[in-house]
Amino acid sequence: MVGIVGYGAYVPRYRIKAEVIAKQWGADPEAVTRGLSLVEKTVPGQDEDTITISVAAAQYALRRAGIDPKEIGAVYVGSESHPYAVKPSATILIDALGIGPHVHVASYEFACKAGTEAMYVAYSHVKAGEMKYAMGIGADTSQGAPGDALEYTASAGGAAFIMGRERLVAEILFTHSYTSDTPDFWRREGENYPRHGGRFTGDPAYFRHIVGAGKALLEKSKMAPADFKFAVFHMPNGKFPQEVGKRLGFTKDQMEAGWIVPWMGNTYSGSSPCGLAAILDVAKPGDLIFMVSFGSGAGSDGFIYRVTDEIVKVQDRAPKLRQMLDSDKVYLDYGQYAKYRRKIKLNE
Amino acid sequence: MITARYAREIPQRYRLEASRCAQCATVSFPPRLVCPTCKGRTFSTITLQNEGKLLSYTVVRVGSDKFSKETPFAVGIIELKDGIRITTQIADANLEKLAHGQTVRLVFRKIQEDGKAGILCYGYKAIVV
Ligand SMILES: [Zn+2]
Repeated sequence: MVGIVGYGAYVPRYRIKAEVIAKQWGADPEAVTRGLSLVEKTVPGQDEDTITISVAAAQYALRRAGIDPKEIGAVYVGSESHPYAVKPSATILIDALGIGPHVHVASYEFACKAGTEAMYVAYSHVKAGEMKYAMGIGADTSQGAPGDALEYTASAGGAAFIMGRERLVAEILFTHSYTSDTPDFWRREGENYPRHGGRFTGDPAYFRHIVGAGKALLEKSKMAPADFKFAVFHMPNGKFPQEVGKRLGFTKDQMEAGWIVPWMGNTYSGSSPCGLAAILDVAKPGDLIFMVSFGSGAGSDGFIYRVTDEIVKVQDRAPKLRQMLDSDKVYLDYGQYAKYRRKIKLNE
Repeated sequence: MITARYAREIPQRYRLEASRCAQCATVSFPPRLVCPTCKGRTFSTITLQNEGKLLSYTVVRVGSDKFSKETPFAVGIIELKDGIRITTQIADANLEKLAHGQTVRLVFRKIQEDGKAGILCYGYKAIVV
């Protein structure tokens, strides 16, 4: 069996409340917070980016896995905010963590599902017997255009998963991907901010792909929603994941542990991976986990995990996601946020 | 920042690699070509521990050009568990609550950018734990 041998997540300290952004643009703070089911979002420090977030998450994953970094044969980072347009983020990560130089790395991009793509390919390498361990990471420091609906949700964070065959904390039982040409959200080369199709991002995009992948995964596994202890979906806002879970037959209780978006925002490639990390933080041996990501453009990756006895040994070896979300917060006002996110034009 | 020099310093800046003198065991960080104690020229590479305590700090309110938009920020002298002392920026710091003797851990952060089109430079900074 192939699965996860170590996992780790990282959340920056900085936050901005949705109501602060709403006030800036003259929107009704209460209506925005309620409409998105979102209280606040994470903001990266001025010296943080997708690479530093990936390194922090991967360090925690290594701590939990307790393996020699040199044994990792591949590292893939999925993000839509890679700091370099040309130069894979993982080149820096592997040198920071003492992995390699005998290692295969690549950057993945697929809007919000680049993280699960990285996880899927890492898993497949191990399953094929090409290598002992492979790491898949989803991390982002995403931006919405000032005043755009995305500005309320686009946040920062990431999670890393080391795949292997021995001492698994969670087995990967089934996977399924569902993809189509759906222009719901995109960014052209050289543009600063992405564009989206407004309401078109809902039913034809998010819901169709997650339901498509989710239903196929249930058929493949011959399992029913009631068999699962936990379910987690991509979280572009607070409402969508709850709604898509309901459509697939999952209950609020099953989704509670992974539903971190009201206090984290949408971490794009890190969204459902961070939700999975939050679930693994509290999971017990034998629990089944249902996960489906979503990336605009569009596609979904689905995974079914079964938690093993090893989980209880590793949960406390690194900080837990909800602890990081709840402690040491530093709230920014809109001016500070605009500076941190480099939305202010400066003299070069 | 010259890319060749940056690349050369990656082992020390990313992974805290130091040199230990084969003759007298003096540890140098950053690594040296000649041992400052016994003038020896043979070394082994060791990795320093990433935890220590804050010995002293100052708050920079007027930064040099590259750091002028990050002020105010703190720079401190850290004594690592191995006894090695390093000077580094203190990230995510609550400047009012910094104090000598605080326990710190080194984290991987972006240090600077070589302009808008040049390379990004990463390395360690301390955070209070
Ligand atoms: Zn010596």
